[in-house]
Amino acid sequence: MSQATDTTVREDGVIESVSGPVVTARDLDAKMNDVVYVGDEGLMGEVIEIEGNITTIQVYEETSGVSPGEPVESTGAPLSVDLGPGMLDTIYDGVQRPLEVLEEKMGSAFLDRGVDAPGIDLGRTWEFEPEVEEGDDVETGDVVGTVPETASIDHKVMVPPDSEGGEVVAIESGNFTVEETVAELDSGEEIQMRQEWPVRQERPTVDKQTPTEPLTSGQRILDGLFPLAKGGTAAIPGPFGSGKTVTQQSLAKFADADIVVYIGCGERGNEMTEVIDDFPELPDPQTGNPLMDRTCLIANTSNMPVAARESCVYTGITIAEYYRDMGYDVALMADSTSRWAEAMREISSRLEEMPGEEGYPAYLAARLSAFYERAGYFENINGTEGSISVIGAVSPPGGDFSEPVTQNTLRIVKTFWALDSDLAERRHFPAINWNDSYSLYRDQLDPWFAENVADDWAEQRQWAIDTLDEDGELQEVVQLVGKDALPEDQQLTLEVARYLKEAWLQQNALHEVDRYCPPEKTYRILGAIKTFNDEAFDALDAGVPVDEITDIDALPRLNRIGTTPDDEADDFVDDIESDMTEQLRSLY
Amino acid sequence: MKEYQTITEISGPLVFVETDEPVGYDEIVEIETADGQTRRGQVLDSTSEHVAIQVFEGTEGIDRQSSVTFLGETMKMPVTEDLLGRVLDGSGNPIDDGPDIVPEERRDIVGEAINPYSREYPEDFIQTGVSVIDGMNTLVRGQKLPIFSASGLPHNELALQIARQASVPEEEEEGEDTEFAVIFGAMGITAEEANEFMDDFERTGALERSVVFMNLANDPAVERTITPRLALTTAEYLAFDQGYHVLVILTDVTNYCEALREIGAAREEVPGRRGYPGYMYTDLAQLYERAGRIKGQGGSITQIPILTMPSDDITHPIPDLTGYITEGQILVDRGLNSQGIQPPVDPLPSLSRLMDDGIGEGLTRGDHGGVSDQLYAAYAEGEDKRDLVQIVGREALSERDNRYLDFAEAFEEQFVQQGYNTDREIDETLDIGWDLLSMLPEAELNRVDEDDIEEHYQDDVEAEVTAD
Ligand SMILES: Nc1ncnc2c1ncn2[C@@H]1O[C@H](COP(=O)(O)OP(=O)(O)O)[C@@H](O)[C@H]1O
Ligand SMILES: [Mg+2]
Repeated sequence: MSQATDTTVREDGVIESVSGPVVTARDLDAKMNDVVYVGDEGLMGEVIEIEGNITTIQVYEETSGVSPGEPVESTGAPLSVDLGPGMLDTIYDGVQRPLEVLEEKMGSAFLDRGVDAPGIDLGRTWEFEPEVEEGDDVETGDVVGTVPETASIDHKVMVPPDSEGGEVVAIESGNFTVEETVAELDSGEEIQMRQEWPVRQERPTVDKQTPTEPLTSGQRILDGLFPLAKGGTAAIPGPFGSGKTVTQQSLAKFADADIVVYIGCGERGNEMTEVIDDFPELPDPQTGNPLMDRTCLIANTSNMPVAARESCVYTGITIAEYYRDMGYDVALMADSTSRWAEAMREISSRLEEMPGEEGYPAYLAARLSAFYERAGYFENINGTEGSISVIGAVSPPGGDFSEPVTQNTLRIVKTFWALDSDLAERRHFPAINWNDSYSLYRDQLDPWFAENVADDWAEQRQWAIDTLDEDGELQEVVQLVGKDALPEDQQLTLEVARYLKEAWLQQNALHEVDRYCPPEKTYRILGAIKTFNDEAFDALDAGVPVDEITDIDALPRLNRIGTTPDDEADDFVDDIESDMTEQLRSLY
Repeated sequence: MKEYQTITEISGPLVFVETDEPVGYDEIVEIETADGQTRRGQVLDSTSEHVAIQVFEGTEGIDRQSSVTFLGETMKMPVTEDLLGRVLDGSGNPIDDGPDIVPEERRDIVGEAINPYSREYPEDFIQTGVSVIDGMNTLVRGQKLPIFSASGLPHNELALQIARQASVPEEEEEGEDTEFAVIFGAMGITAEEANEFMDDFERTGALERSVVFMNLANDPAVERTITPRLALTTAEYLAFDQGYHVLVILTDVTNYCEALREIGAAREEVPGRRGYPGYMYTDLAQLYERAGRIKGQGGSITQIPILTMPSDDITHPIPDLTGYITEGQILVDRGLNSQGIQPPVDPLPSLSRLMDDGIGEGLTRGDHGGVSDQLYAAYAEGEDKRDLVQIVGREALSERDNRYLDFAEAFEEQFVQQGYNTDREIDETLDIGWDLLSMLPEAELNRVDEDDIEEHYQDDVEAEVTAD
């Protein structure tokens, strides 16, 4: 979190009451959303209500043992994050304290209280290369220089948003800490690499544009049927065990974003550990560098203080906006937004606010939409374009999508990946229900796929959708009369659909090849199934019985394309297509 | 320490007291009744003039004249290795007539969260000897894997079987001697059930390396909210200070949640789903997340909480919130139980989220993942056909469908069924899996590698004959 450097701490209030994460203080001179330090141990908190002489504070740390009468100090500044090089390849808690530094400072694997740490390392030096010269005019947002933050990412040092701008009078390359001045303006203003920004406030941009490029994910069902746009929003609701986290992690690994901000909000500790272990080892499919080089992790696990769960999504999106300002495409995953909503509910109930639906505060919908609104494809104030795509997992109680968090999220997001426990139970993964899911970006992304993958991308997809629809209807009949009672052409459709599901829609996130499927391969697998479909119906028309058609031995190989390495997949598909064709034609 | 005689209100498990000195949140309180009994409680709300106290041992006998002392500290558990072999009540007092416990240390029972950066990802395969677990829902060291059961089902037999048979084959091979401990936390179970556990522990000699915490059905309900915390604090000490591999069995989490609901209602809180407190997710997480491994430390905490699903409903808030926190679940099924399957675990809704990193070449066997996936898919398909056969009859089904029906039946009778005293090696489990998969046509096996099919798939006798 930001170490409000220039604000002096005044000791000006006393604790009046303590109830879990909510503390009230008397005589505190503070504004709404100011950061305060609570009690003798100086626990960090934020002002969330002011009523007369009583200030209500949500505390970001455990409050056991804290008593009335202890002091409260206000910093006079709102909850902010430190922005600058060093955020990538780092894991933070919900208020941007680096967990590695906390481990060191606390000398323990357990999270102690009252320890603070700056969001970016103040001692480390970075190699600064100017992008402007003395005499150039710069305005707010302009890039004055770059720093190689990781092997993948050049960090752009920008004139901060609150600057007046002016003429550069001094700038040179060299090694600097984030607090040292790298450029000086004629106004006397000094520019450092480090900025601060209040997390609950959106960073400024010029304009939001309609997204036209997909955020390709390497997941066949997503790219193929329900694509997300760069700058788009998506929700993944599903009961426990249906694949929310695995899908989020697959996106974090394989989406073609420049920067990934991954927020573990109120979920399992080991899931964050898994990311910390895996990401440095896995290559980014675009650059080949370790994935961690483009990733910033934020962890407020389910047993960490609940108030910091409320703030972690804001910490994350503010960091995302900062990289967006540099002109990068950022993808942000929040797993799970339901835990964030529940944190709101818990705090709200301690404030004895009037509860809305299912005990959630009345402002739930407003908070959710304000958060997702921070996503988009933007024209930045420095003239570059950047995007933030937001993918939120939703954890509905009992898997029932009619609950308030799912419903309010659905009103906002444009891509809906509905997870299905029935599919998960039969280990059909990703367990994304192809009937219930949708993407409203499909049409606006089709031109990109036509240009970059295949002309008939959209047509082929439509064929897949139609076949799956027909399959859905036929399955209902099969449930009543059995498959053998259907006419042969319908039996054949069922077989084709079975391959669509098994060879195309299913994808094993744990298989080292199958976990990532480039769009070209997604297209080829679908093409192979369509080839079978077309040839098989010709054979059927020529009088070949359906059992013989589905018995050809080239057919089961369709299921092996996904696990065939990308550089062999083309030849493999060619072979299957010609074998299927040959074998089917030899039947008549 | 100041003594107050200023109780203003007693309501259910709560006592409200006027104070004139500040009292810390969560602090421990002693209340002495007129007839000299002492009750302990904990501060739930603290303001400068009054506090709300939740009394662990029940409020019966407390009146406005009772005296209240604030101990100036939060609840502590005295920990020492000497706890091994001891039986304590739900508040941590010995009830086994053993010697006094001389603690090494007194630890706060709330427990601090493990820094996710400091965790070590669990990936050591624990062989439980139960095929449906080892083969399809593998347990690893440091995992939290609850048993979702319901009243009248044999979850205790299963938990005991796991506790008896659990071993780490890799270490045994290497001759490492690992110190293993069991912590048993009973919350509101019947004396009969408790005896079932105690008898088994005594019979097998497990008691010597166990610490037992007993809050029984007739013990105070509110005490149930601290019993698991005492148990887990002890577990943490043994695991992360003394290097033990600790297995924690907590039963029955449903009773724990009922106690939470009771306190919430007494405080007149806005209730969440079905009357349970809105913070129950966070509260349960503070128990379940106290499992795991820590970088650079030898020990581990593996948790097997048991819960009974009210009206067998998995969407009930107790199993639901649990499933959202734990690393999977093992489902005990009423239907399989009435078929006489032992243990009656239904693999389809069961899951082990940590399975993938604990199995495979060099850990268990290279074909493990594929076999598991294929068994899942095939059993699910067989279950579908059962629905269908009800409607159309077996004759109307295709040959393929009939094979799946036969498979599902054989799977239940040979793979899931094994009895509570059979301890199967992982190789045996996987071989049974292949025997069953060989009932299906080879072309149907699309989840296993072709090489593995080559090695393990048995062409049926008929096919062999014609091939010759
Ligand atoms: N795409 C996938 N490929 C393979 N296994 C998957 C996939 N998605 C989910 N799983 C399996 O399902 C389990 C639960 O998935 P997870 O994402 O943790 O569920 P959720 O977050 O919805 O509770 C995982 O541990 C994994 O075994
Ligand atoms: Mg999850």
